Amino acid sequence: MSTAVNDVHEHEHEHPEGFWGVLGRWLFTTNHKDIGTLYLWLSFIMFFVGGAMALVIRAELFQPGARIVSPEFFNQMTTLHGLIMVFGVVMPAMVGLANWQIPMMIGAPDMALPRLNNWSFWILPFAFSLLMSTFFMSGPAPDFGWTFYAPLSTTYGPKSTDFMIFSIHLMGLSSIMGAINVIATIFNMRAPGMTLMKMPIFVWSWLVTAFLLLGVMPVLAGAVTMMLADRHFGTSFFNAAGGGDPILFQHVFWFFGHPEVYILIMPAFGVISEVVSTFSRKKIFGYRFMIYAIVAIALLSFIVWAHHMFTAGIPLVTELFFMYATMLVAVPTGVKVFNWVATIFKGSISFEAPMLFAIAFLFLFTMGGFSGLMLSIVPADYQYQDTYFVVAHFHYVLIPGSIFAIMAAIYYWLPKWTGHMYNETMAKWHFWLTVISINITFFPMHFLGLAGMPRRIPDYALQFTDFNRIATIGAFIFGFSQLLFLINVVRTVRGHGPRVGAKVWEGAHGLEWTLPSPPPYHSFTVPPEIKN
Amino acid sequence: MKNNFPVFISRICLLLGSWFCISSAYAESRINMPQGVTPMSHDIYALHMMIFWICVSIGVLVFSVLIYSLIKFRKSKGAVPADFHEHTVVEITWAVIPFLILVAMAIPATKVLMRMDNTDDADVTIKIVGYQWKWKYEYLDQGISYFSNLSTPVSQLNNQAPKNEWYLLEVDRPLVVPIHQKIRFLVTANDVIHSWWVPALGIKRDAIPGYIHESWARIEKTGTYRGQCAELCGVNHGFMPIVVEAVTPEAFAAWVQQQTAGKTSLPPDIKKEKSQAELLKQGETLYTTHCAICHKPEGTGMPPAFPALKGSVIATGPVKNHIAMVLNGKPGTAMQAFKEQLSDEDIAAIVTYERHAWGNDDTPRYGKEAGGTVQAAQVASQRAESTHEKLN
Ligand code: HEC
Ligand SMILES: [Cu+2]
Repeated sequence: MSTAVNDVHEHEHEHPEGFWGVLGRWLFTTNHKDIGTLYLWLSFIMFFVGGAMALVIRAELFQPGARIVSPEFFNQMTTLHGLIMVFGVVMPAMVGLANWQIPMMIGAPDMALPRLNNWSFWILPFAFSLLMSTFFMSGPAPDFGWTFYAPLSTTYGPKSTDFMIFSIHLMGLSSIMGAINVIATIFNMRAPGMTLMKMPIFVWSWLVTAFLLLGVMPVLAGAVTMMLADRHFGTSFFNAAGGGDPILFQHVFWFFGHPEVYILIMPAFGVISEVVSTFSRKKIFGYRFMIYAIVAIALLSFIVWAHHMFTAGIPLVTELFFMYATMLVAVPTGVKVFNWVATIFKGSISFEAPMLFAIAFLFLFTMGGFSGLMLSIVPADYQYQDTYFVVAHFHYVLIPGSIFAIMAAIYYWLPKWTGHMYNETMAKWHFWLTVISINITFFPMHFLGLAGMPRRIPDYALQFTDFNRIATIGAFIFGFSQLLFLINVVRTVRGHGPRVGAKVWEGAHGLEWTLPSPPPYHSFTVPPEIKN
Repeated sequence: MKNNFPVFISRICLLLGSWFCISSAYAESRINMPQGVTPMSHDIYALHMMIFWICVSIGVLVFSVLIYSLIKFRKSKGAVPADFHEHTVVEITWAVIPFLILVAMAIPATKVLMRMDNTDDADVTIKIVGYQWKWKYEYLDQGISYFSNLSTPVSQLNNQAPKNEWYLLEVDRPLVVPIHQKIRFLVTANDVIHSWWVPALGIKRDAIPGYIHESWARIEKTGTYRGQCAELCGVNHGFMPIVVEAVTPEAFAAWVQQQTAGKTSLPPDIKKEKSQAELLKQGETLYTTHCAICHKPEGTGMPPAFPALKGSVIATGPVKNHIAMVLNGKPGTAMQAFKEQLSDEDIAAIVTYERHAWGNDDTPRYGKEAGGTVQAAQVASQRAESTHEKLN
């Protein structure tokens, strides 16, 4: 592999002192590592905020009957939990990883557009303040689900909906700028000799994700702008009484929404590829096919959106088309899973925390994939749609999928970023508690959905009691286990734990492991030489 | 630590496993999709089980290889990494085989879907309209039409009374349908999107304002089949169940007879005046069924979305405005027009009740317009007026 010629030419970076100094440093920073850190902390905080909301939901559902919160507040919780987890946790975390890793993995000093980078981060705290401020307004916070279907969110939406709309505009702006930056960096800043087909899979996955973002965030902005116009400027895009079409909203939303779910999972594929290869001490199996698979999934993701709308009464041929297209996604996804397994096969495996999370990913994400395949079959979907089966499905692909990959990535690269090893025992506890509790929480939801429990209801019939109890218990274990993660990260960042060298993991490959740990402020000031 | 983990994990699994068995032994929680009572629901069930077993087999295969590798190729056991990292033929094979499996799955799915799409030659046609938060059933050929509301008492919702068996799955008037006949459903909505779902019939159809979606059923067995609204439709989305009563064609015919006969032979005598006590008693019951879901039994509502009626300007102001609000509702809000759902007598009783309940008849406080009784005749004349206005 490559070795970097890294004459450590570090500028003297005086980090300013005092409150204003520190504030100024983080506010005005254009450094990819600082911005990556900011993104990751934002995501971490929002993870606990969104998680607390999930626990309110689960607490209410512990037993039938009106218990803790009103149905009105319950709906606000489901809505904000969804919005925050998607836009406030997974997306910022992935962008944070991109910021930290892409320059180091392609041999660049920083991102291509550092000022844009600063701006795309600092928009987000304002966007989320706007979103959270809706809780303090007269009238309910947004209460129509994270999919904010019209006309429930337009004609019937609470006043605070407008704040959600502007908040989404801001998030979209941030994502688009972030995506432009990633693309510009990857196309222009690669070290000489690093051809596209030599790039690490993580970088590839982010390149494709960035194009997806560019493709669909403007569509989301369009959807919320049309909502705004319907609410205030007398248009009737989505209002049947005025000649509009409520189903149009769903088409526009899911044209964004489906690629969006791949935006959430694609970088995770990249992380898992890196981690699995490192801890199997073997090169990733089928590098080229892995890349083709990512590109194929991305392309397919643009022509499957109506599978979220099978019960909305779309014509037969359209349903057939979307069913076939959706089933096709299983092919490249299958290739990825098989290739990961083939990478592990005949490797030399060790089980550090990143690898544990990656293995759990392989099992549980695949299960989420199976339920996804079941959902793609239109007639069967008539029974599954809008039930807890769907809730189980997307939590299986999002938590053991995206979130586990993020956790794997943090454990994998944190020693590189801080120069200190995290506490492995605590990480193992974190892993086992997490992976067990997640199954206690979400596995019973398959049964609930099949037995007929609709999603988004604050109270339920008696026959659903058992599994709801189990799910609630699991959710609380899951929630509180994450404190171990927080403690472990904070300890490592603050310098507890043994120092580590440049190449933290025995089986690791790639340019980032040629830099010292922690790496210099401007990653590669002299482009490394790419051998092989 | 390392050695303690497996022990710890196996203990937890054991604990969970035993608890699982116990809890499912005394409660009959169902864990799979119902097979249902229509050809459609059987088809769906068969498809569901087919895909399920295909997924299980692929899963077993992949996971066995994975588990084998994780056990066999551990570094702690001295495994040395092999040096292969590409094999085009293998990779193409494991892209093509899943593809073929998918084709095999798509064929029956397509067949079922096409069968479902055929709503021709129906014997009975029923229009279903979703409202916040109840269903309206219109038998188009028989001229029967009524609303179906949740009938679980508020005391059970608030845990003040023990919950009965069909908690949240019971209604005041179920949908009555004949078995062995092809029933066509036309599904739409009045306000926001709802979804009419009865698992046993294999039907879930979104009810969307401005659209009419079709579906059909031919029910095989008499019985009571229950379902719920499946699309988030506002605060009380969880409280608009569906109950379908499937009866023999003879019983259905008798039911139709009874419904239509009751309508023509007993024209409500709106001229008849009722005493205030009578109105209040009737009004309270009606209020609980039709209004309490939003305005709350205590009249406090859930402001600001659902205003309180206790001390409200309209409920203590001129009677005319109060009646108008109930008759015509307020377009674009959850306050729907009740003129189709409630008779003049009903509205008279409800309005009278609202004007006296929760201290609303406190004239020193609210002015001389507060309180009063409303008779059906007054509602009838206002109803006629509003229809007249519309026509102009
Ligand atoms: C689906 C929820 C819902 C139901 C059911 C409902 N209402 Fe309302 N009601 C509302 C809403 C929302 C408003 C506020 C409309 C507005 O914006 O002015 C309202 C307003 C009113 C008002 C005017 C209050 C004021 O001072 O502004 C009266 C009177 C009223 N409703 C009576 C009734 C009666 C009688 C019934 C039962 C037959 C009923 N409502 C059922 C939602 C409902
Ligand atoms: Cu509904």
